[in-house]
Amino acid sequence: MQLTATTAKTVLTLKQRPHIPLEAEVLTPDRLAFKTRDEIAALPLVLGKRQVRVDDYFDVEGDGSHELEIHGDVGRVKWIGRGMTRGRIVIRGNAGMHLGAFMSGGAIEVDGNASDWVGGEMRGGLIRVTGNAGGQIGAAYRGSMSGMRDGTILIGGTAGLEVGMRMKRGIIAIRGKVKDFAGLQMKGGTIVLMSGAEIRTGAWMVRGTIISLAPLRLLPTFAFTSAYDPTFLNLYSKCLAPYGFALPRAGKEGIYRRYMGDSAVPGKGELLVWQPNSP
Amino acid sequence: MRGNSILRIVGGRVYDPANGVDGVVRDLCICDGKIVADVEAGRTIDATGMVVFPGGVDVHTHVAGAALNFARAMIPEDHRRNLAFVRDRIRHGGIGGSTPTTYITGYLYAGQGYTTVNEAAVPILTARHTHEELRDTPIIDKSTCVLMANNEIVLDLLEAGEYERAKEVVGWSIWAAKAYGVKAVNPGGVTAWKWGKDVKGFREPVPGYSKVTPADIVSSLAKIVDELRLPHAVHLHCNNLGAPGNVATTLETMKALEGSRAHLAHLQYHAYGGDDWTNFRSESVRIAEEFNRNPNLTTDAGAVLFGNTVTITADGPWQHLLHKLTGRKWGNIDVENETGCGVVPYVYKEKNLVNAVQWAVGLELLLLIDDPWRIYLTTDHPNGAAFWRYPEIIRLLMDLDFRREQIRKLAPAALNRIFLPELNRCYTLYEIAIITSAGPARALGLANKGNLGVGADADVAVFNNDKDAAKMFSYPRYVIKGGEIVIEEGEIRNTVEGKGLLVRPHYDPSVEDFIRPLFEKHYTMSFDNYPVELERVEHAEVRPCN
Ligand SMILES: [Zn+2]
Repeated sequence: MQLTATTAKTVLTLKQRPHIPLEAEVLTPDRLAFKTRDEIAALPLVLGKRQVRVDDYFDVEGDGSHELEIHGDVGRVKWIGRGMTRGRIVIRGNAGMHLGAFMSGGAIEVDGNASDWVGGEMRGGLIRVTGNAGGQIGAAYRGSMSGMRDGTILIGGTAGLEVGMRMKRGIIAIRGKVKDFAGLQMKGGTIVLMSGAEIRTGAWMVRGTIISLAPLRLLPTFAFTSAYDPTFLNLYSKCLAPYGFALPRAGKEGIYRRYMGDSAVPGKGELLVWQPNSP
Repeated sequence: MRGNSILRIVGGRVYDPANGVDGVVRDLCICDGKIVADVEAGRTIDATGMVVFPGGVDVHTHVAGAALNFARAMIPEDHRRNLAFVRDRIRHGGIGGSTPTTYITGYLYAGQGYTTVNEAAVPILTARHTHEELRDTPIIDKSTCVLMANNEIVLDLLEAGEYERAKEVVGWSIWAAKAYGVKAVNPGGVTAWKWGKDVKGFREPVPGYSKVTPADIVSSLAKIVDELRLPHAVHLHCNNLGAPGNVATTLETMKALEGSRAHLAHLQYHAYGGDDWTNFRSESVRIAEEFNRNPNLTTDAGAVLFGNTVTITADGPWQHLLHKLTGRKWGNIDVENETGCGVVPYVYKEKNLVNAVQWAVGLELLLLIDDPWRIYLTTDHPNGAAFWRYPEIIRLLMDLDFRREQIRKLAPAALNRIFLPELNRCYTLYEIAIITSAGPARALGLANKGNLGVGADADVAVFNNDKDAAKMFSYPRYVIKGGEIVIEEGEIRNTVEGKGLLVRPHYDPSVEDFIRPLFEKHYTMSFDNYPVELERVEHAEVRPCN
């Protein structure tokens, strides 16, 4: 029987929080869209070295669709949205590691916190987290040549280490403070730090742009080039504003100071640090 | 490991080159792990319409040991790209890819009909660890070659002209490492690498020495191996691997080996012309002609296939150069007074001229060397490609249309640097059985392997007779190891343990009095922890030297 995806949504509600991480790469609109409720309930998850069923841990409502909603604290459920190409996942609760890793399209929204490796090596699509996230957002997995290649990741809270490590394209914007090594070995793309970052921002970056609205402690291998009004930021601001990430324009309120580096590599990346005019 | 199943395989077309059997439909009987003339009871396998081969033998591969583990640790990206094997009732879990984990190595080799492999590069210092890993590599029988051509004790003796004592040291070392043969990698070059150099000329002294040359090391080790009566000839990775114009060194090496047996490993990497990377070209014709004239030599292809892999070799200077050429990550290991090792991940690309030439040279040598009994199928796993891609090479050898199709994918500029488009030879199934089994078994001196005659080990692979040779050899219907069915209908049914093959050459035990003080002066470990005990080798089988 050929099923068509319904317009209704599929709702999974966590029954019990797993005592060890549960791997759930089947939880993507791509995998669920054309399945019946019972087929979804029988899909495999991996708990440690054992295989379990979706309905061992989730109540399943509705047949498969392009819209998946997950209720409950799935902070120990890894790989949700892995490799998804379309559709939408909404998580009402915390999300586990590797959320949306390798995804190339569609959207993931988390109303809660997310863990490490949000959007690891993603190729496209949108991930939005209202709360805090862990480290390695949009980063390259260990050993890989490059991290995210396109797409957008928006974090409402803070984030951890190595944000955007080896990223090539795409945008990461973080409202809260970020830990060390943001943009480590960055090759392209844009990172927006609304509240700045701790140390070694842009270490070993080759290309790409890091924008910080708070002062940064710079590495000595970054050189000041100019203070100016980067017009391309208007475009970015227009696109990010609806999500609450509007960037100030240079002018009466302040200016962007541009630094180039990391000359240790050597690289031609840029750090744009917002400097408000003194009152 | 010695099975007690009684089996009769009926109706299959049997290819058994060791006994001159070329595609004859006949029954094969197995009892107590051996091929027998007849059996009374037991299970019957209907192989009608199928092809029956002796179990495959890999003469040169890297499946265990410190260097391989270093590579495994260096390439997590490769593990992610590749198949994960989930543990089940029969199998352990693990990962495939360029450097499969131990258990998976056993399953994947057996899964393509291979039942014996020779781990080609083991330093004595890490032999204990290597045997531990081989113990966890199921189904297949394993032999190892111990690295000798950059061992400082051996080189010092050759420098001093003390050939006889060098021979005793080599004999002692083989037994200490519980090895089966002797490997020589870039003779003198790895020692030179410890000074940040490589050897320059084949007949120029090794840096750090005043007299001894690569040529001396090669010819002395070949002679020592013959005088120790090892079943396998010296296993030689020539100097100048991978370098443009290295054909000259390879030809000189062949000359230096006159009068001795020798196995030239991964010949593909040693058959290049040109002066630099811009005019890099194939010299397979010259190499094959000279090789054909020297019946004392055997070789293996060391073919490359396009795609991702990781290169691992004791050839430290070469690996450093490769890292500089590609910008990829590089690992370097120093193994005290014995050898070294370099690791660099690599991608062979169809549109890259150098890679296209390398791809062609591997196939050209297999097609131009006229005696299939002297050249064997290898990729120098994982250097040229992972061993589980051998069936792709078999298809390239057997299917001319497919080969031409692949040649068309090369960059056009590559075509006047290679000979492959002019070669029309196609391998027969009989010849495939030689280069994958009977030939390498003979080169290793394993008369009971690669052989379906009465009394031989019952290592058998049964394949569907598929037009697509790659498919045919990737999915055997049955694989029988030591008389036990391990693969049935393409599935692993039984994971028997394999044997550890080694030799105990004759040497004067008093040589230990000579080695001990040198060892205690220079090494970081205690001498008494150095030799590997026989019990460390799983199901050890000490093969005769005669
Ligand atoms: Zn090798």
